[in-house]
Amino acid sequence: MTAHLESQASEVIPARGVLDQDWRKLSRYGALLALGLVFVSLIGMPVKLDSRVVVEPYVSMGYLSLLWLPALLGYTVSAEKVLEGMASHARGAHELVAGAVVGLIGGAGLALLIWGLDTRDLSDPLVNWGDNLLGLLTFNETVGYGMLVWLGISAGLGLLGGLLHVLPRTAMRAGLTALIAVFLVSALESALDDISEGFRLEWLFEWLFEARGGLTPKGAVAVAVVAAGYVVFGRNRAKAVRQRYDAMPTVERTRANAALLVLTGVAIVVLPMFLGKLTNELLANVGLFLLLALGLNIVVGLAGILDLGYVAFFAVGGYTTAILTSPNSPGISPELPWLLALIVVIGMATLAGLFIGAPVIRMRGDYLAIVTLGFGEIIRLTVRSDWASGLTGGAQGITGIPGADILGVADVRGIDPQAVFYLVAFFCAIAIYVSWRLERSRLGRAWMAVREDESVAEAMGINTVNAKLMAFVVGAILASFSGAIFAAKVGSVFESSFKILVSIVILVVVIVGGMGRIAGVIAGAVVLIGVLGGPNQPGLLAEFSEFKLLIYGALLVWMMLKRPEGLIPNVRRSRELHQEEFLQDAWLRGQTDDDEEHNTTQGGATA
Amino acid sequence: MSGERLLTIDSLSVTFGGLNALNNLNFHVDEGEIVSVIGPNGAGKTTFFNMISGMVTPTAGDIVFRGESLLGYDPNQVTARGIARTFQNVRLFANMTILENVMVAQHCRTKQGIFGALFNTPGFRREEEDIREHAEKVLGFFGTRLIGYRLHQPASVLSYANRRRLEIARAMATKPTIILLDEPVAGMNPKESEELTGLIGKLRSEWGFTIVMIEHDMNVVRDVSDRVVVLDHGETIAQGSFEEVSTDPEVIEAYLGRPVEGAS
Repeated sequence: MTAHLESQASEVIPARGVLDQDWRKLSRYGALLALGLVFVSLIGMPVKLDSRVVVEPYVSMGYLSLLWLPALLGYTVSAEKVLEGMASHARGAHELVAGAVVGLIGGAGLALLIWGLDTRDLSDPLVNWGDNLLGLLTFNETVGYGMLVWLGISAGLGLLGGLLHVLPRTAMRAGLTALIAVFLVSALESALDDISEGFRLEWLFEWLFEARGGLTPKGAVAVAVVAAGYVVFGRNRAKAVRQRYDAMPTVERTRANAALLVLTGVAIVVLPMFLGKLTNELLANVGLFLLLALGLNIVVGLAGILDLGYVAFFAVGGYTTAILTSPNSPGISPELPWLLALIVVIGMATLAGLFIGAPVIRMRGDYLAIVTLGFGEIIRLTVRSDWASGLTGGAQGITGIPGADILGVADVRGIDPQAVFYLVAFFCAIAIYVSWRLERSRLGRAWMAVREDESVAEAMGINTVNAKLMAFVVGAILASFSGAIFAAKVGSVFESSFKILVSIVILVVVIVGGMGRIAGVIAGAVVLIGVLGGPNQPGLLAEFSEFKLLIYGALLVWMMLKRPEGLIPNVRRSRELHQEEFLQDAWLRGQTDDDEEHNTTQGGATA
Repeated sequence: MSGERLLTIDSLSVTFGGLNALNNLNFHVDEGEIVSVIGPNGAGKTTFFNMISGMVTPTAGDIVFRGESLLGYDPNQVTARGIARTFQNVRLFANMTILENVMVAQHCRTKQGIFGALFNTPGFRREEEDIREHAEKVLGFFGTRLIGYRLHQPASVLSYANRRRLEIARAMATKPTIILLDEPVAGMNPKESEELTGLIGKLRSEWGFTIVMIEHDMNVVRDVSDRVVVLDHGETIAQGSFEEVSTDPEVIEAYLGRPVEGAS
């Protein structure tokens, strides 16, 4: 949609001289890099991740956590936005030098840290200050050696970052893709192990990976070559398919969509059979959070109600199921089958939605967000309180939840993650269908109007209180489904599983993925929960779990700055966030109308 | 021309803090009338509209629509009873398409809920079809400007004049009895406002709407109004035909100020 922004500058002026640099900018970026490197070192990332090897025996994740920074900043220091019609300099040695200087300054920062590590002891406030870090940073050699090497590495990587501006587009893409592919394949090692076993591809896995972990050098090269090869040869073909799809008439496209949907459905049913326990467990967790995120997406994305206490409904679902199905439930213990309990869960979620919603919904914007935040905690604290512990078990929680017996066909419990995944996938499908249908209905339009301008929506005859309550209740029911499955999967519920962090993580999934768009929410759940992991659930990068919140936060800040509409954005939302650019594009296509265009006079007055 | 009494406003007052925005105002509209409300800036015209549409609650007095008091109703209930409005500072749903803007306005005239939407019932499909048909009919009232490829464009791409037109279309779509137009031609050039004047007449003759309009453009007021009501400092200072009002010394004073004592 921002076609004109990507097009090439119309005029290229000769490259700047090598020493004709913006030295202030360079030192700013250099200082930033130095800070970044020291920060990453001191939070313990290099040491903690050193055991996870990317390419045996050369690079570990620990070193990688430092290495990407100089390259990134070396690149961004000379990145500039070129608009159509603007003159831009030719790229050349100027960019290389800029990158290298930034890298050098950053490396100096790290060298200073090494010197400090050697001479002082600040391990009191900085727990990671110590010999482990020093040893890692000096490669177990002398301090001077380490300082020099880091200066060199950092400057070299900064230079490489600058080089990206100079290389031809395809070469740059191929190189970057190859690097990312090597990283990803290595990061997904445990999952690939699992998958390769299912497909009887152990020989490939053993060829690619070292037994102790990490890619073998030849494996890394193979992965890089395949990835680069895809960029050079396959990318255009993929693009052509995409273009053909875009050019399809509506009927044909509907058919293509249906075919894709069926294929995805088949894949979801068939694939888990080949996957091991570990991957299925991971998929089940992604599904649980996806279900929550889809529900929250209706509340936040469609109706525009910023609900920060969404975990309350997850808790309602979990606890209702636990009380009704577990024989260990301290209060009433009817030991209902799971499906029967689910009916009560729906009722309880509706009640909770109305109960929390009714007072909250009359507020707007920030006030509403804060009050929902409060209610989220109130529910959890109530569950934990002495007053309710006769029913909910207080801090001891409820254990011994028997699992979900689905009409005798399947018995879904935690030890069988594949069955859990199927159950979750079924409910996710329901949630997707519900969101999809409601968005295109009278109620969905009312939500949209409320999101745009609540007082006008009310003046246009929409009962905004009802519409918002409806969104709240639908969201509550979907969250309670997730809670019910969660209880059956884990076999026990504790109030600590329903902390505020869960609400935040779900919200981050929705925001990072793309608020208001189902595909976006799915992408967000896969990326965040699948790769990084949920609040208490490990993801593919299990080693990162200690830094999960840091990465979540950094990702969120970066998204808000660079791509506030999310990974796969909703059309309306990105239009709203990029109003200027959108109008410019519409103007370029001749689709805006300026006051008094020639056809105005032949309009309705004469009709 | 005029039929039964539709809207009666009886000694209506509202105070914001110590300010009397409206003071003991009496007003009425009969079916099929076009009434203009004029007055200098700050006279309380928009407050008057806000009060009728339920966005502001009066401190005293009564608003009676078809024998029923509107006091205590929310804006959406007022709209459901048949009073629609436009806004002085155009307030469209900018990121919704033109068609959706008009479709959503039919909310209070339709009733399909979650069940119909989820199961795509015949009733749901029929109602969606009706909503769409009515929306296109209403948009067609303004000629070709708001239909065709424009239907699926966001309202934000429209020109100022077209936004005003879309606002009127949105009010029409709520199937009202009375439409309150708040400065419908503000920001339009003379040709456009002349055209819209004609359309306002057609709103009555073709669609049967009763119209109350706030307007500063005296040409428009003269051309379409059956009756003109002049507000100043929250009070009615004159009413009658345009000719009567425009020669009223109190109205002239309100607009132009009082001559300095003894300066004649």
